[in-house]
Amino acid sequence: MSNVSLVLNGRSVSAEVEDRTLLVHFIRENQGLTGTHVGCDTSQCGACVVHVDGKAVKSCSMLAVQASGSEVVTIEGLSDGADLHPVQAAFREHHGLQCGFCTPGMIMAATDMIRRHPEGLDEKTVRAELEGNICRCTGYHNIVKAILAASEAMAKGGKGAAKAA
Amino acid sequence: MYQVNYHRASSVEEAAKLASQGDARLLSGGMTLIPAMKTRLAAPSDVVDIARIEALKGVKVSGNTVTIGAATTHHDVAGNAELKSAVPAVADLASHIGDPHVRHRGTIGGSVANNDPAADYPAALLALGATVVTNRREISADDFFMGLFETALEDGEIVTSIRFEKPEKAAYQKFPNPASRYAMTGVFVAKSKDGVRVAVTGAGDNGVFRASEIEAALTKDFSAAAVEGVSVSADGLMSDIHASAEYRANLVKVMAKRAVAKAG
Ligand SMILES: Cc1cc2nc3c(=O)[nH]c(=O)nc-3n(C[C@H](O)[C@H](O)[C@H](O)COP(=O)(O)OP(=O)(O)OC[C@H]3O[C@@H](n4cnc5c(N)ncnc54)[C@H](O)[C@@H]3O)c2cc1C
Ligand code: FES
Ligand code: FES
Repeated sequence: MSNVSLVLNGRSVSAEVEDRTLLVHFIRENQGLTGTHVGCDTSQCGACVVHVDGKAVKSCSMLAVQASGSEVVTIEGLSDGADLHPVQAAFREHHGLQCGFCTPGMIMAATDMIRRHPEGLDEKTVRAELEGNICRCTGYHNIVKAILAASEAMAKGGKGAAKAA
Repeated sequence: MYQVNYHRASSVEEAAKLASQGDARLLSGGMTLIPAMKTRLAAPSDVVDIARIEALKGVKVSGNTVTIGAATTHHDVAGNAELKSAVPAVADLASHIGDPHVRHRGTIGGSVANNDPAADYPAALLALGATVVTNRREISADDFFMGLFETALEDGEIVTSIRFEKPEKAAYQKFPNPASRYAMTGVFVAKSKDGVRVAVTGAGDNGVFRASEIEAALTKDFSAAAVEGVSVSADGLMSDIHASAEYRANLVKVMAKRAVAKAG
């Protein structure tokens, strides 16, 4: 057993867990935040993407104890109360989801992508950057549209722009 | 995943000590080891996390010499401004490994130590004539890669950095597997004052190798047209569900031509 202490969506949490506990299981089962999904469990699909110290990672491919001492943000940490994050709002506006299973990972990947491209995004870049996120429903078209729209809205200094930085 | 004991090392010396116990394995980015532990292909008694050792991180370009710390992530290699201007081919290679999330965790040391026959970095190291620096010695890339997932590393030996000289020209081109992005065939071409070296990954049935016929042709004439005249044999190339040996032989040539054109 090891002690895992980290900041989860701005809140300090601490727990004793088995060393083999994956970060995604720590988040879902130990902390009860079930927005982060397990799609493939083989490091391919990206449904489990969260941010660790500001970078998007696959939480199914990392031990919880590796993240001890870090800051972790999950899909639950994006919105400001009832106000959706601009990327969440854009997914709703542009129908960027159908069943919604991939959506938390898509949105965490998208906010990371927008942060890494302050110069703005184009369709080709968005599609290439979505390499690690699989969606079985949408055909990606509206996901790409939503990300491009969110990136533009945030560049214009729309609300929540600072949050994703 | 089986039970495992996790240790976080704060120095290379501490990591070496911790790694000498039981059936311990080093854990860097974990992008290969954790998935392997989940499927029980790997079942170490202990893992020693080296990802937070500062001395193992960062890219340094001094004069013509480039040194990359073993625990430097693919993301940090891809984005390093000095490297992008000194040897853009290596930064470009790193930017095409897997996906952004994998690049945020995976490291050059882990990739080199793992020596997956379809991994990208081994081609760069072999073509650049790089040196693998460990906590015990220095090993030239020519001696380091010894076959499928085999390297010259001894038990408990830790890769600390990768070092190479800036070439005159270099480029890498891969035909990525559409699902995994690993190289179905990748070719790294490097021209320096000592000649031209061409290394191929993803194609050989014994891992990364040098394409000597293409090297000879490019030494005489460094142009894509020179590669056209070379015939690449399918002997010793991999056949699997993704591609036949003959298909890969053709890819070696096509990727070599594209790499030469890109190197300019
Ligand atoms: C979805 C996905 C796609 C990928 N696509 C690609 C791709 O396109 N191209 C590509 O090249 N790779 C690809 N990879 C592999 C990725 O690059 C890995 O990061 C890399 O192969 C291993 O690096 P790591 O730091 O994660 O090592 P780990 O998984 O931590 O370790 C791998 C092995 O190396 C050993 N090791 C680690 N560091 C050291 C060290 N410093 N000294 C000695 N031994 C050490 C470990 O004990 C272990 O045996 C992909 C991985 C995933 C999950
Ligand atoms: S569940 Fe992590 S990548 Fe699919
Ligand atoms: S919306 Fe169903 S998997 Fe993407």
